[in-house]
Amino acid sequence: MNDRKPILEVRDLAVSFATDEGVVQAVDSVSFDLHEGEVLAVVGESGSGKSVTAMTLLGLTRTSNVRFSGTAHYRGTELIRATDEQLRSIRGKEIAMIFQDAMAALNPVQRVGKQIVEQIQAHEQISDADARDRAVELLERVGIPRARERVDNYPHEFSGGMRQRVMIALALSCDPHVLIADEPTTALDVTIQAQILERFRELRAQTQAALILVTHDLGVVADIADRVAVMYAGRIVEYGSLDDVFYDPRHPYTWGLLGSITRMDRPRPKRLPTIAGVPPSLSNRPEGCHLRPRCPHEFAACTEIPELEVRGPAGPGVVEHTDRCWLTYERKQALREITPGEIGLGAKELV
Amino acid sequence: MGRFIIRRVIGMIAVLFAISVLVFAIFNVIPNSDPALRLAGRNQTPEQIAAIRAQWGFDQPLYVQYAKTMEKVFSGSLVSYSTQTNVQQEIINGIPATFSLAVGAALLWMTVAVVVGLFTAVRAGQFSDRFLTVLALIGISMPVFWIGALMAYYLGFKWHIFPNGGYVPFTKSPVQWFYHLVLPWTALSLLFIGVYSRLLRSNVLDTINDDYVRTARAKGLSERNVLIRHVLRNSLIPIITLWGLDFAAVIGGGAILTETVFDLQGVGQYAAESVAQLDIPPVLAIVMFGAFFVVFMNTVVDIVYAALDPRIRLS
Repeated sequence: MNDRKPILEVRDLAVSFATDEGVVQAVDSVSFDLHEGEVLAVVGESGSGKSVTAMTLLGLTRTSNVRFSGTAHYRGTELIRATDEQLRSIRGKEIAMIFQDAMAALNPVQRVGKQIVEQIQAHEQISDADARDRAVELLERVGIPRARERVDNYPHEFSGGMRQRVMIALALSCDPHVLIADEPTTALDVTIQAQILERFRELRAQTQAALILVTHDLGVVADIADRVAVMYAGRIVEYGSLDDVFYDPRHPYTWGLLGSITRMDRPRPKRLPTIAGVPPSLSNRPEGCHLRPRCPHEFAACTEIPELEVRGPAGPGVVEHTDRCWLTYERKQALREITPGEIGLGAKELV
Repeated sequence: MGRFIIRRVIGMIAVLFAISVLVFAIFNVIPNSDPALRLAGRNQTPEQIAAIRAQWGFDQPLYVQYAKTMEKVFSGSLVSYSTQTNVQQEIINGIPATFSLAVGAALLWMTVAVVVGLFTAVRAGQFSDRFLTVLALIGISMPVFWIGALMAYYLGFKWHIFPNGGYVPFTKSPVQWFYHLVLPWTALSLLFIGVYSRLLRSNVLDTINDDYVRTARAKGLSERNVLIRHVLRNSLIPIITLWGLDFAAVIGGGAILTETVFDLQGVGQYAAESVAQLDIPPVLAIVMFGAFFVVFMNTVVDIVYAALDPRIRLS
């Protein structure tokens, strides 16, 4: 799997926005590979730069106050510096995006069928009738009942889960090679979430499309991802295969994330552990490791930025397991277990 | 959609009835003096007043007066006692000019406002945006009787670039019709262009950051299609409403000043002359028809609005 050439190669991607409050460094030195048919989960808190990373790949963050550096190669095209016309032909056809809130992301005054047809016709010479038939097929494929009638409905006439399916049908309409799903289940209730994830799993089996799943929901990640990139304050702080990151987490921030989920197989804690403090302001990030002000394990070395590199033994995963933490692997093993068998960040006395 | 239209039409009929009662009250009941005396106009005789009183039923209860007034207004038998002319006939004579003015001006101001509004929104903050903003404010601030008079004086009377007022029916000469209407259209449109382009600019700036516009880009549509099919279409919906109402108001007498300045001989000018003569019957009829037209257009706008924005029909 590793020797295949990745379909998407992101190297040292950085995105910053000039604002009235100063320069906001939303994304910083982000690198990752994506292979065909693979699911990469990008996790982190709100404001960790995961959505900006995803949208930058499609040029959706190109505004007058933005600055980019780094590269993102997709099948011979460098996306960060691509012309608008090059990007236009990739958007929707090669790389398609599924947005979080389908109610807001679909045009409220256009029939859903028309919105799908519009995308197909933006990339292919195809008659209205044929494009419409394909829209019906797509809606059927994502599990919308009576698709032939519903193709003429407006977004507000669908339930939340059905709307998200419409969004997925839209993204699939040109058989893209890469799907980027930005918090696709966040706006849905849990039962609908499960249905949508089931849909993603089926799609994985049916198509060879690679999926970048942006989420803060580790339950979703555990369900579907092959690899995980944990982001904090614009940087990837830990990267590896799902099993490596979940069973051998090497960055304190990952410990904190894992420690803050409720688990059905453990006794219920009095209070769910949280990570003390708030994420740093992206216009004024702490020197060195960005987690330092919130990390109970910080020590002298943390004033210097650790590189994202292998810092422990190789795990069962097929990709290298890398992280950005100066602690030795042995210290990490000792520190991350708050009580035997239970991972967490531990408490930090905030001054 | 069918039930929605029926509901709106029933509502419209109720409003029209209320308006007719109100207009009747304003003209015949509220002024605490003999209505026959006021209707008769300036050159009145005692016999005439007595005849009017009998005809309009002013010696009978109010509901009889109301019925008789409405009968006169809608049967076409209303006469101006000052000029001895049939009011309905005068109004019908004035309608082509008024309608030509209103339709042409409405098309002109909407077209220019869409172009200017979209352009300034896309260039928001740049020099061209600021320049056009100042122009729009000037347009909003200039009273139509002043800019109209200036245009008529310089472009018409003094330099003879355009005809010096007047109206030529379309059926007589389409070219002359157009030529005579260029100045009135422009004068009437300036204010609306200013208001509409500012409104559209802010609507576009709101819409352009909406999630579905980002979706449209992510679909691979060209920037032009994103702007026209998604941004402009959604930004225009509230403006279409306003357009219908303003158009109705212009027909219903809003162009009194423009018509008078350019001597168009339309309904508005007829209203202005009648008011100046204290000739009540034409004013009564014009107010009634104007109000009816506004209410009618309001209903049309509601229905069009529902067709443009499917979310409306639910509520």
